[in-house]
Parts: sequence; C-alpha cells; structure tokens
Amino acid sequence: MIKCENIFKSFEGRTVLNDISITFETGKTNLIIGRSGSGKTVLLKTLVGLHEPDEGKIFFDDICYTDLKFKARKAIRKDIGMIFQGGALIDSSTVFDNIKLPLDLFTDQTEAEKRERVEFCLERVELSHAPHLYPSELSGGMIKRAAIARAIVLNPRYLFCDEPNSGLDPQTSIVIDNLIQSITREYNITTIINTHDMNSVMEIGEKIVYIHTGYKWWEGTKDDILSSDNQELNDFVFASAMAKRAKNNLL
Amino acid sequence: MKFFETLGRYVILMGKVFSRPEKWSIYYRRVIAELEQLGIGSIPLTAIISVFIGAVITIQMAITLESPFIPQMMIGYAAKETMILEFSSTVIAIILAGKVGSSIASEIGTMRITEQIDALEIMGVNSAAYLILPKIIATMIFFPFLAAFSMMVGIGGGYLVARMGIMLPNDYIDGLLYCFDSYEITYSLVKMTVFAFLITSISGFYGYYAKGNSLEVGKASTTAVVMSSIMIMIFNLILTQIMR
Repeated sequence: MIKCENIFKSFEGRTVLNDISITFETGKTNLIIGRSGSGKTVLLKTLVGLHEPDEGKIFFDDICYTDLKFKARKAIRKDIGMIFQGGALIDSSTVFDNIKLPLDLFTDQTEAEKRERVEFCLERVELSHAPHLYPSELSGGMIKRAAIARAIVLNPRYLFCDEPNSGLDPQTSIVIDNLIQSITREYNITTIINTHDMNSVMEIGEKIVYIHTGYKWWEGTKDDILSSDNQELNDFVFASAMAKRAKNNLL
Repeated sequence: MKFFETLGRYVILMGKVFSRPEKWSIYYRRVIAELEQLGIGSIPLTAIISVFIGAVITIQMAITLESPFIPQMMIGYAAKETMILEFSSTVIAIILAGKVGSSIASEIGTMRITEQIDALEIMGVNSAAYLILPKIIATMIFFPFLAAFSMMVGIGGGYLVARMGIMLPNDYIDGLLYCFDSYEITYSLVKMTVFAFLITSISGFYGYYAKGNSLEVGKASTTAVVMSSIMIMIFNLILTQIMR
C-alpha cells in the first residue's frame, strides 16, 4: 500500500499540488488521470521521491518515506520499479545490460544467476528475441516492454508507470496495459499508473483518481465513472461527442 | 550572485560524485570503458595535431632564428620547450575540452532530458557518481599519457622537417638534449592531470543539470567547452606560478 497525506508541491511560487491525500491499494492497478498540466506527473514523481513535497507525508506500507534519511530511502528505492514515458533505457547499453544493471548494482548474484533472471524477465515481457539490441533499434512497444522487464527484475513491491502507453497504437497499448496488470496481480505489488488514455482507464482501472488543477477532484472505479455526475470528470473522460453519446446510451 | 550559485552547485555535485560508490566492480568496468572511449579515442586527433604543430613550430623557429650568431641547435631547443611546457599540456587540453568535453556534456545532458538519470536515481543509484566519476578517473589516468604522446609526436614532427632540409638533424637533436630538465615533463604532466579533472567535471556538471530539450543540451555542451577552456587558462596561470 502507498498512502499520501495532505501533499502540497509548488515550483517557483506556482502551486502544482494542493492538499492531495490518496491511498493506493496493493495488488490493484491504481490509475492517476487528468489533463495535461493538471499535476499528475508531479504527483507521481513526488510519490516516487524524485520531487520533495513542500508539505505532507508519503507512506510505503507503514514506513513514512518523507521522514526517512537519504540512506534509509535508498533501501526503499530498491523495492521500487518505474516505467518512464519514453522508457528511459540507457542508450549505450543493450536491452540485456539495461535489465541486468539493477542486479549488478544491488545483488551479489553470480553471472549465471543474473543471466537466468534477466532471461526470465525478458520471457515474461515477450522480448526473448531481442536481448542484444540497443534501445535505438527497438520499436515503441519493445522499449516499453524492456522498461517493464528492467522495472521488475529486482522483484519490486511498488511499480510506478508514467504514461506507459503514450505514443503506442491502441492494440499495443492494451498489450502493455494487460502486461502491467498481470504482473501487478502475479506479484501482488502496488502499481500506480499515470495516464490520460481512456482505453487504459476502461481496460485496467481498478482504482482511479482524477487530478484537476492540482486538486484531487474525484476518486472511484471504472464503473463509477459511467455513473458519475462530476462535470469536470465527465468533460475529461467523455471529451468527444461520440463518447458523450455512448455514455448517454449506456445510461 | 549567479557565479556563486553555479560554483555552489558544482561543489555539491562533486561531493556526490566523490561519495562512496555502490559497487567498486561496476565502477571499475565503467572506468575501463571510458578509458577506451575518452582516452584511446582521442589518440588519432592528438597525433595529427601534434605532428603538424611540431613541424610548423620548427619551421617558424628556423625562419625566426636565422642568424649567424644563433646556433642552429636553438631551433630544436625552442621547439622542445614549446611542445613540453605549453603545447602538449595546455593546447592539447583545450582541444580535448572541445572533443571530450562536448561529448560528455551532450551524453549526460541527453540522459537527463530523456529521464535516464531519473531512472538511475529511482533504482537507488548515485547517478552523479555512476556517470561522472568513471569519466574523471579515466581522463585523469589517460590524459597525461596523451600529453607525453603529444610531446613525442610533436618533437618527431619537428625532426621530420629538419630531415627535409630546414636544418641539420643532428643540430635539432642537440637542441633537444640542450639544458634538458626532466622536471619540465613532470610539470607538464601534472598540469594535464589537473586539466583532465577540470574538463570532465565541468562538462559533467553542465550535462547533469541540463534541462528542457535538445536545444538546451546543445547550449549545455557549448557552455561546458567554453567554461572548461577558461578554467584551463586560469589554472594554467596558477599552476605555472606555483610550479615554476
């Protein structure tokens, strides 16, 4: 479980996050949705520790992360996997070496054990045919899958995904979404996904938080969205005329 | 104020760079890779520039010192002094600031804007040390060898033009041996070691704090080269005052 309480964050006098309190549940795919510039990426980066909140507390299970010193935080970071929007694979390393890097740095495994673990992760994301390729030689979907493999190689307890299917076609997006959801359930991890892709919301959204102008505006499940009368949420989720008609027909 | 802010951020970054590495074996492998990329990769450029400059200095000296009152060996002596004292350390360092410095700043800057550095941080890696320390160690080890190599090749270039008829080759060699002081080589190599640190750390600093898009990475790279060159000049003066 990851919990944040009364989080405030501002940059150069501009408040980006306003009193955000959310509990993200273990074994579920928790989605943060919102318009571009609403503050969802800042929220994700604050939760993961890349930004320090101005006020408020963040808990990883029972541990208050914001109260920890640098060294203690490092111990928690080893339990965190993150998938970035662009993959963030190290350009100068092959897919195999990218996935192996956390094992090299934080385990005392033998080379054979590391190879076995990397091959398992590659197989899990259906990328067994590409360990020797460099990031520049991969398609968008392959980059995302390699990033997922790297994120899970140390068996994380918490998985953060920043727009994991941006730039992907709808079919590949669904494949990536389902892969993240199946990994979440298989390893019982707390997964937080930052997205504005409505296909993802409807496919894997078990808990959804809508961020609007830096505030937590709405919280619920994908089924709740259909019956919600929250104006801003409806304007965001059912932005197109066709989507609005579809909702009205459903209701 | 801006200068002190930048200096403060540089000092803080160096504090992170020189903190205890996660695993020495990983850093050792990265140092070897950087030695190959930044060090061995710079040999051809150093060789080409040094041989031609050595040859040109010898020709210029031969023209300038053409007098019955000045022994011809002074041409070799002047060429040797120029190469050892200034060219092979200071000028080569400025050239390397352009080649290696821009490469480091753009590599690390691109990693910053494509979130590769954030990815390392989230893994719990000290990204500053992981990315910059191996480069600093590799250049501080290898650049003095490049300076020594430049001295040999540059003096060799002078010998080649001497053999082509500018002067008697034996006079050139006599000039090289005249008043030979091995401390000059030590002085030059120490300077190059300091310059290697300046080039790598300054370029790493500007790359590490790059933000925005590819244009900003380009600007960071240019600033890194300019600042490295200025600092090389300032430290050249300081070290010369201290060591000579």
